[in-house]
Amino acid sequence: MFKFSNLSYKNQRIAIIFLFSLVPIVLLLTFAYYPVINMFRYSFTSWNGLSKNMEYIGFENYKTIFTNPEYFSVFKVSLYYFFTTFIQMGLALYFATILSFSVRMKNTFKGILFFPTLLNGVAIGFIFLFFFKPDGTLDTILNLLGLSGLQQKWLLNPNLINFSLAGASLWRYMGMNFLIFLGAISSIGKDVYEASDIDGANRWHQFIHIIMPSIKRILQLNLILAISGAIGVFEIPYVMTGGSNGSSTFVIQTVDVAFKYSKVGLASAMAVVLLGIVLLVTILQRVLIKEEK
Amino acid sequence: MKKGKTIVSLMALTLVAGLFSGCSSNNNTNNEASKNTGNGGTTEATATPADDTAAKDIKGNITVITQRTDIVDTVFKEYAAKFNEKYPDVKVSFEALATYEDQIKIRMSTSDYGDVLLLPTSIAIKDIPDFFEPLGKLEDLSKQYTGVEERAVNGMAYGIPMTINFNGVIYNKQVFKDAGITEVPRTPEQFSTALQSIKDKTKAVPLYTNYAAGWTLTQWEADLATVAGNRDYVNIGQVASDDNYVPGQPHYELYKVLYDAAQKGLIEEDPTTSDWESSKADLANGKIGTMVLGSWAIGQIKGLAANPDDVGFMPFPTNAEKVLVPLAGDYNLGVSIHSKNKEAARAWVDWFINESGYPTTEGGGMSPVIGAELPEILKQYEGTEVTFDTLAAAKAGEEGWSDEIDKQAEIGAWQPDFKKRIIEAAIGNRKESYDDIMKDLNDKWKAARAKVTAQ
Repeated sequence: MFKFSNLSYKNQRIAIIFLFSLVPIVLLLTFAYYPVINMFRYSFTSWNGLSKNMEYIGFENYKTIFTNPEYFSVFKVSLYYFFTTFIQMGLALYFATILSFSVRMKNTFKGILFFPTLLNGVAIGFIFLFFFKPDGTLDTILNLLGLSGLQQKWLLNPNLINFSLAGASLWRYMGMNFLIFLGAISSIGKDVYEASDIDGANRWHQFIHIIMPSIKRILQLNLILAISGAIGVFEIPYVMTGGSNGSSTFVIQTVDVAFKYSKVGLASAMAVVLLGIVLLVTILQRVLIKEEK
Repeated sequence: MKKGKTIVSLMALTLVAGLFSGCSSNNNTNNEASKNTGNGGTTEATATPADDTAAKDIKGNITVITQRTDIVDTVFKEYAAKFNEKYPDVKVSFEALATYEDQIKIRMSTSDYGDVLLLPTSIAIKDIPDFFEPLGKLEDLSKQYTGVEERAVNGMAYGIPMTINFNGVIYNKQVFKDAGITEVPRTPEQFSTALQSIKDKTKAVPLYTNYAAGWTLTQWEADLATVAGNRDYVNIGQVASDDNYVPGQPHYELYKVLYDAAQKGLIEEDPTTSDWESSKADLANGKIGTMVLGSWAIGQIKGLAANPDDVGFMPFPTNAEKVLVPLAGDYNLGVSIHSKNKEAARAWVDWFINESGYPTTEGGGMSPVIGAELPEILKQYEGTEVTFDTLAAAKAGEEGWSDEIDKQAEIGAWQPDFKKRIIEAAIGNRKESYDDIMKDLNDKWKAARAKVTAQ
């Protein structure tokens, strides 16, 4: 009779590794690669999402996207999120540096900063909807501070809406950046700081000459994530404004095309284009950063 | 220890096997579905149970999917109990979906979408036979029910409306009185004057748009027939014309009312953060003058009012010769083509429409049964120039064209987007004027119509 324990240790190891990696690989194939392959397939059809027959129309969808500037004009909304990214990373780096030294109530602050990341994006959308309401939380705070002159219609004013939304997204994602930076900074040995202390370096010198060079890689990684994040902004504007009042992004537009106008084929093509752009940006960044070295 | 490993690897294997079997069974059902499709059109309609002797023979379990999350555990349970008095051998279970339209569309790509469900409005009319059991010849059913023609394909009816809605303006009578408006405004000019005097003389918001909720804005589209003053316009006239969004045409005039109100500051102060749920209470209690909605909202608003008699309904303002309030079917109730107990499912459909009382009570509209009487709130219009009528069906071979052109053009007559654009333009958030927007929509319509009619 076959018994697992009769196998040699090496073979047992191989079998176990194989079996354990099989699960995530199958999950990955079913829920990531299979849908992506289908998406490519749909992008060449005029499928409406439900119909039993799928008409193959070649590159017609791609032609529609690239000949119609309307589909790309929404990318300028991504710029707001892109520039907010730098503020977000700056703040995250600042907090991570401070909290990596011994500070009173260190863990409480870490918790507070990381907390938004644990919340559901939809819940955050609703929280900020209330926050930006006329006479909502933000206006009340401004009132208490005696700054009632600064009160605005945060979501009504077309010049402000994207800053407001990007602000909400900053609050949401800063925790994650913060955590990654904190981890990287913690891995720097204590002895390096001690040596620099003896040499008379202050905190600022330590930051510039020790921390920054040590986390350069992580900084680059966060930047790549932030840029592809800015291109694919979705949940916060979708939940808060549904993309109205000039806050629509490319992903919101894709969802609209697929589900409001039942053009799943065209929407798939848009998703493929988005995937292409994200890949391109990532590769470009890698190449540019390497050349700098 | 060794045993532990074996167990774990076994578990892993089971999980993997489960995944694979899950996939393959799906494939099978898909094939079945496509086989069924071939026969779908020719299958004889399931017979309507005629008398109680037949009713006793019907048995089985059915699942009814509904959008009424609010009453699924209360009123629907009572319905099931009453239904069982007549059909003791049918076990009815319910499933309520909060965002019905989105969720059911995804489920319909499998074969598991209940026995009785509502026909999603976003599926193309010509695709309906792939998913739903025919309920009978349109000819026969349209003698019994109003509104069955809306989702009929090739002379067969696939659903019966759960209730018949009428659309127009819901207003607060007390606010109108306080503003000194004695007569219900009939034309857009009178309506505009009325809104202005609400603003001048009361504290109420004259016209609440519910911009933030979005879907509430689509209710305006239902008043297209009132503005046109013609029951043929929506499905026949519109499809035959290249110029639907030019001055003088119903679409232009309809949304001009919205634009003008927004431009003159007669809408809520900050539309982007308005809240649908509280707006109902505000209208009920005189903080809002008017809202453009359907009859389905009347019951909900009255339920929140200190004085329910304050809540009134009027037809949408129009310059047309006669005032037509369009009657339109709400969601249609149909039977899934994959149902294993089609007779029981059909029995539920018939019972629900005819005997449950839902159409007038919970549904808040009119019964789809022909010859049913007008609801209380409309009694004031009996014997006036106001007429209630359904929309004319599209010409043969042109079914669903208005919808198809609309989607092809990405205009979205039943989507909030361009209404939002109009409000944004009116309050000065966009550089374009009302005419710019309408010209853009008309160009899109023209291009898409050329494509669709060429097919």
